[in-house]
Amino acid sequence: MSENHKIIEIEVLRYNPESDEEPHLEVYKVPFTDDMSVLQGAQYIKDNFDGSLTFRWSCRMAICGSCGMMINGIPKLSCETFLRDYYPNRIRIEALAHFPIEKDLVVDLSGFIEKLEAIQPYIIPKEPKTLAEGEYLQTPKEFNAYIQFTSCINCTLCYAACPQFGLNPDFIGPAAMALLHRYNMDSRDGASASRMELVASEEGVYNCSAVGYCSEVCPKHVDPASAVNINKANAAKDYFLRFLSPKGGSK
Amino acid sequence: MSKRKPYVRSMDGWWKKNPYFVEYMIHESTALFVAAYCLVLLVGVIRLGQGEAAWNGWLAAMQSPLSVLCHLVLLAGAVYHTYSWFKILPITMPPVIVGGKKMAPEALTGTALAVAAAAGLALLALVWRIAL
Repeated sequence: MSENHKIIEIEVLRYNPESDEEPHLEVYKVPFTDDMSVLQGAQYIKDNFDGSLTFRWSCRMAICGSCGMMINGIPKLSCETFLRDYYPNRIRIEALAHFPIEKDLVVDLSGFIEKLEAIQPYIIPKEPKTLAEGEYLQTPKEFNAYIQFTSCINCTLCYAACPQFGLNPDFIGPAAMALLHRYNMDSRDGASASRMELVASEEGVYNCSAVGYCSEVCPKHVDPASAVNINKANAAKDYFLRFLSPKGGSK
Repeated sequence: MSKRKPYVRSMDGWWKKNPYFVEYMIHESTALFVAAYCLVLLVGVIRLGQGEAAWNGWLAAMQSPLSVLCHLVLLAGAVYHTYSWFKILPITMPPVIVGGKKMAPEALTGTALAVAAAAGLALLALVWRIAL
């Protein structure tokens, strides 16, 4: 902290479930250098002002997806957001929107984890092969059809950006739908019919009103809004085409 | 005993909290402008069914200064509605592959807007010819 002794005010939404009825804001004056991220700002507060400040982080390089928070009201990864870009203004950090706050900046992600499980996020082959029959081959074109949707790091910024998820926490939501789409688009997979039930359900894609902010905030350019909206068309096709060729599958 | 007490924040006024959501509400509300113009046309159809005098009365009403002003406001709403929907076209339709590459979002939006403008002008030209 020697050469550039600039000081930025960081306002943190604090919530202690053991003593607080509701969250409140606390302001900390944090000395910083130009290379310090918002995450490092939070770490400075924890190390120097209040060791009870609770937040998630791990890799510090935008790949683990742990350190998402609302930074001046916008969902961002705090490790790739820099204090210098906000100075000399005050910066406000809050737990990711639309999720229940567990403590301080930590949210309850259990609903999201259940959704990830529900979409069957693994390849279910059309026809199981034995090892002796060899591997499932894929052309570069088939690979390109889904590769974008594999980049998700489960940071859940898209959920914090989705007002429809905020209004209905049961909505399967952008990231889980992007991952569902990733497996549906994989030429080796044959389970899109069994995933369709969830896509078209009450919790499914029709909760989305095409706000599109999920794709704006995605740090990995997964474009979850596209996955959700393509599946609206898929669900509609599935519904109407059954009258032409009944095939079972979704209900 | 668990000390957990997850706090759920209110969604009241959510759309005012982010400029992106404010714009979303504005572009969604322009649908009302389109609906209003549909009503205007529907009234015209009803008046047409009621005979020549009723139809001519409706035509005269359409030419009043207030009606022209109304048309301009509704047109502005409808144009913004078109623009905002084609702006999100790249996320609402499956990727368009041209020459083995995904078409850029800007190109998709641009093409759609150009087609909408051309269709609008063609319709205008057609109606103009009938009117003259």
